[in-house]
Amino acid sequence: MKSSDQDPLESLALQVSGISKRFPGVLANDKVDFSLARGEIHALLGENGAGKTTLMNVVYGLYKPDEGEIFINGNQVEIRDPNDALAQGIGMVHQHFMLVPVMTVAENLMLGHEVTRGLKLGLLSRVDRQKVSEEIEALVELYGMEVNPEAYVHELSVGEQQRVEIIKALYRGADVLILDEPTAVLTPQETEDFFEVMRSLVKQGKSIIFITHKLKEVLAIADRITVLRDGAVVGMTKPAETSEKELAAMMVGREVLLRVEKKPAQPGEDVLKVQNLHVLDRRDQPAVRGVSFIVREGEILGIAGVQGNGQAELVEALTGLTKVIEGSIHLKDSDVTHARPRAFTETGAAHVPEDRHKHGLVLSYAVDENLILQTYYLAPFASGLNINPRAVDENARRLISEYDVRTPSIKTLVGSLSGGNQQKVIVARELSRDAPLLIANQPTRGLDVGSIEYIHRRIIEKRDEGVAVLLVSSELDEILSLSDRIAVIYSGEILAIIPVEEATKERLGLLMAGVRETQESSQAAATPME
Amino acid sequence: MDTVFFVGLLSLALIKATPLALGAMCGLLCERSGVINIGIEGMMLVGAMTSFLGSVIFNDITGGTLPKTVSLLVGLLVAMLSAGFIALLHAWLSIQYKVDQIISGTVINLLAVGITNFTANAYIDPNHLSGVGVFTEVEIPILSQIPIIGPILFQHQPLVYVMLILVGFLQYALFNTRWGLRTRAVGEHPRAADTVGINVNRTRYINVTLGGVLAGIGGAFLVLESVGRFQKLMTTGRGFIALAALIFGKWTSVGALLSGLLFGFSEALGVRLQLGDVNELQALILLGGIGVAVLGAVWVILKARRRQEDKRSMPLVVGTLVVGLAMVATALLATFPEVEIPIQFLGLLPYILTILVLTGFVGRAIPPAAIGRPYEKQ
Repeated sequence: MKSSDQDPLESLALQVSGISKRFPGVLANDKVDFSLARGEIHALLGENGAGKTTLMNVVYGLYKPDEGEIFINGNQVEIRDPNDALAQGIGMVHQHFMLVPVMTVAENLMLGHEVTRGLKLGLLSRVDRQKVSEEIEALVELYGMEVNPEAYVHELSVGEQQRVEIIKALYRGADVLILDEPTAVLTPQETEDFFEVMRSLVKQGKSIIFITHKLKEVLAIADRITVLRDGAVVGMTKPAETSEKELAAMMVGREVLLRVEKKPAQPGEDVLKVQNLHVLDRRDQPAVRGVSFIVREGEILGIAGVQGNGQAELVEALTGLTKVIEGSIHLKDSDVTHARPRAFTETGAAHVPEDRHKHGLVLSYAVDENLILQTYYLAPFASGLNINPRAVDENARRLISEYDVRTPSIKTLVGSLSGGNQQKVIVARELSRDAPLLIANQPTRGLDVGSIEYIHRRIIEKRDEGVAVLLVSSELDEILSLSDRIAVIYSGEILAIIPVEEATKERLGLLMAGVRETQESSQAAATPME
Repeated sequence: MDTVFFVGLLSLALIKATPLALGAMCGLLCERSGVINIGIEGMMLVGAMTSFLGSVIFNDITGGTLPKTVSLLVGLLVAMLSAGFIALLHAWLSIQYKVDQIISGTVINLLAVGITNFTANAYIDPNHLSGVGVFTEVEIPILSQIPIIGPILFQHQPLVYVMLILVGFLQYALFNTRWGLRTRAVGEHPRAADTVGINVNRTRYINVTLGGVLAGIGGAFLVLESVGRFQKLMTTGRGFIALAALIFGKWTSVGALLSGLLFGFSEALGVRLQLGDVNELQALILLGGIGVAVLGAVWVILKARRRQEDKRSMPLVVGTLVVGLAMVATALLATFPEVEIPIQFLGLLPYILTILVLTGFVGRAIPPAAIGRPYEKQ
C-alpha cells in the first residue's frame, strides 16, 4: 500500500479549503473546508440539495470550482477531470452506478484506460480481457469481495454492482474512496456486509468519504462527521460526541421530531380486502404471487421489502393501473378487481405514487392544475365543457397554505419546484379528497428530514381520522415508525404479517432477504391475520 | 434453374448488398455511439453525386492523360470527404445544438435531395457530362478459381472487397478494441464513460463523421461500380433499407451484411426476373422460401440462446423453418405454369421485405440505450 511509507506529518489524505461552486441562481458550495485523514471514514451528512454531491463532484473533477483549493497528501493539486482525480488516487462510487450494463465486469473496469495486447495501434489496439480478469481476481482476493470478472453487469444484483463499483475504484489505484449514498439501494443485511467491506478497506490503508443523509448509519460507521446545510459547513463532530437528534437539528437548522408521535391504532371495519392476488410485470413474468391482506379503518399496514419484489406491481393493481390475473380486490363493499383507474379514485382510493415525476404529477403543468388532476371533470372545477378558473384558483390557494407547499405562485410549473414541495403537492391533492383508503408508495423517497417529518405527520393524522392506510416503503425506519402492522413482501409473496410491537429490524431484515420463519417461531411471535 | 443461374444470382446479390452494407455500417458507427442517423440516404446521395463530379472533373482537368482508375479513385475520395462533411453537419446539429436527431436526419435528407437535384439540373445535364466509366473487376488469384464460391465471392469490382473487409474489421473492432469499447460505452451509458475520462461528445463527433465517410463509399459505389453516371435520386431509398438492415442485424456489421444480403438477393432476383429468363412464379416461391427459412433459423438460434424460458412458441418457430425449407424444395422440384408478373411489382420486392422485417418479424431488437439523447454534463 502506498500509505505505509508516507511521512506521518502529511497524514491528511485529502484537504479542500474554501471551495465555492455557483450554479445559475444557486450557491451550491459556499467556502467549504473539509479534510480527510488517512485511514479514516469521514461522513458527509446533509439534506438533499445541501451540496454534498456537488462538493464531491468538484473533488472528483466533474465540476470546476469557482474558488478554493484542493490538497492531496499535503500538495496542492488541480483536478480538471476524472482522469486527474484517478491519477491522484481519488475514486468515486456514484449514487447511480456508472457501469455499462451490456458489458462485462472486466470491460467496465478497464474502460477509459484499457489494457491492450498485441500491436500498439492506439485506439485500435486489442483489449486484453484475460489480463484484466486476472488483475481483478487478485484484488478480489486481497479485499475479500466476491466478483466474477466475466459476468455481464446487467446480470448482477444491485449489491454486487456496488461491489464492482468499489473494485473499479480500487483497480484504478484509488487511495481515497468517495461513496455517494451507497446504502440507499441495499437491504439492512447488505448494509451490514457493506460496512464490513468499508472497515476492511480502512484497515488496508484506504480513506473513505461516506456521503449520506441517514443518521443511524453515520453514527454506526463514521470516525468523524461533517454536516453541510445550504452549501456551507455547519459543523464537524464525532459519533461519540453527538446524537441523532443533534445531527438532525444541524442538518435541518431547527429541532426535528425523528420518531413520529402516535397513539395506538383504533382499527374499525375492513376497507381494503385483497385475496390471493396475482399480477404480472411488464415482461409478463409473475410479479405478485398470491398476496392476501386486509387494511382496516384507522390503521396503517406497512409493506416492507427490498425494491423490485412486486411492490410496484401490487400498487398498480390496487389502483387499477395494471391487469389482475387472479384473485380479487374489494374496496369498501364494491368489487374493484377489474375496475379502471378512475373507478378507484371515485370509489375512494387516494394514491401517492412511487415515482412522483412519472406518475404523480404533470411536470409541465402549473401547481393549480396538478391539484385537480383527478377532479377536473367534477363540480365545482368543471362547468359544462369549461374549467371554472375561479374554483381552481381557490382550491389551489387553500391547499397550498394548508399543506405548506412552498411555491412562488399557484401558476408556477410543478417541474420547477423542489422534490419536497412536489411531493407536498401530491400529498395535498390526495389527502384533500377525503378518500377512505390511502395508498402511499415510498412517500418520502429522496426527501430531506424536514419534509419527511411533515409527510409522516400528515399520514398519521389521516389514520387518526379513520382512514385506512397502505404504506409501501423500502425504508425500514419509516415502516417501523408509521405502521401498526407490517407485511413483508419477498419475490411477490407476503412472507409474514406481524404487529409492529413484535417487529425488530433484524427480524424484518431476514424476512426481506427471503428467509422464511419456521412454523413455531412465526406462530409464537406473530398473531396471524384476522 | 441451373448452377450458372444461381451463381450469377448470388454474385449479383452480393453486389446489390454492397451499398446496403456500407450504409448500414454508417448507421452502425453513429448509433453505437448514441446518435440516431436517418440521414444515411442523404449522405449516400451526396456521395454518389460528388463521386461522379469528382471523377469527371478530375478526368477533364488532366485531359485523360492518367489512367481512368486514377480519376475514379479521386471520385471515391471526394465522395468520402463530402459525405463525411454532411455527416459532420448532422453531428454538429445533434451534438452541439442538441437538435432532435430525427429532425436533423430529415434535414440532411432534404438538403441532399435539394443539392443534388439542383446540381444535376444546373450543371450535369446542361453540360451533358458522361461518366469516366467504372472500376474494372479484380479477380483474386487462386481463390477466384474455386468452383461456385470463386465466382460468387472473388470476381468483383474493388469496392465489394472493401465492403467485405470493413464488415469484418468493424465486427472485430467494435467488440475487441479500445475504440470499440469506448464507442459502445458512450452509446450505452455516456455518463459512465464521462466519469472514467472518455470525452463523450468528441467520440460521437468522430464516429458520426466516419460513418458519413462509409455512406459516401456506399453512394460512390452506385456510380463508380454500377451505372457509371449520376442520376437524380439514384439511391432510391437504399439508405433507409440500410437502416432496416442495421436494425435487423441487431446493430452489428456482420448482422447488417447478412440482412443486407437478404435485401440484395431480393433485388437481384427482381433484376433477373425482369430479364425474363426464369419462371417468375417458381423464383418467387424460392425467394419466399429462403426468406422464411432464414427468419426461422434466426428465430431458432435466438430461442436456443435464451434457454428454457418460454417453450410454448417453439412449435411455431420450428414450423416457420420447416415451411420455409418446404417452399424451397417445392420451388426446385415442381414445374410451374408461366405467369406474367408486372415488372413494377418485382421492383417492389426489397421494399416489401423491408416492411416485413421492420414490423418485427423476429422479435424486438434492442438499440443502444442512450440512442437519440444528447449528452448533458449535468
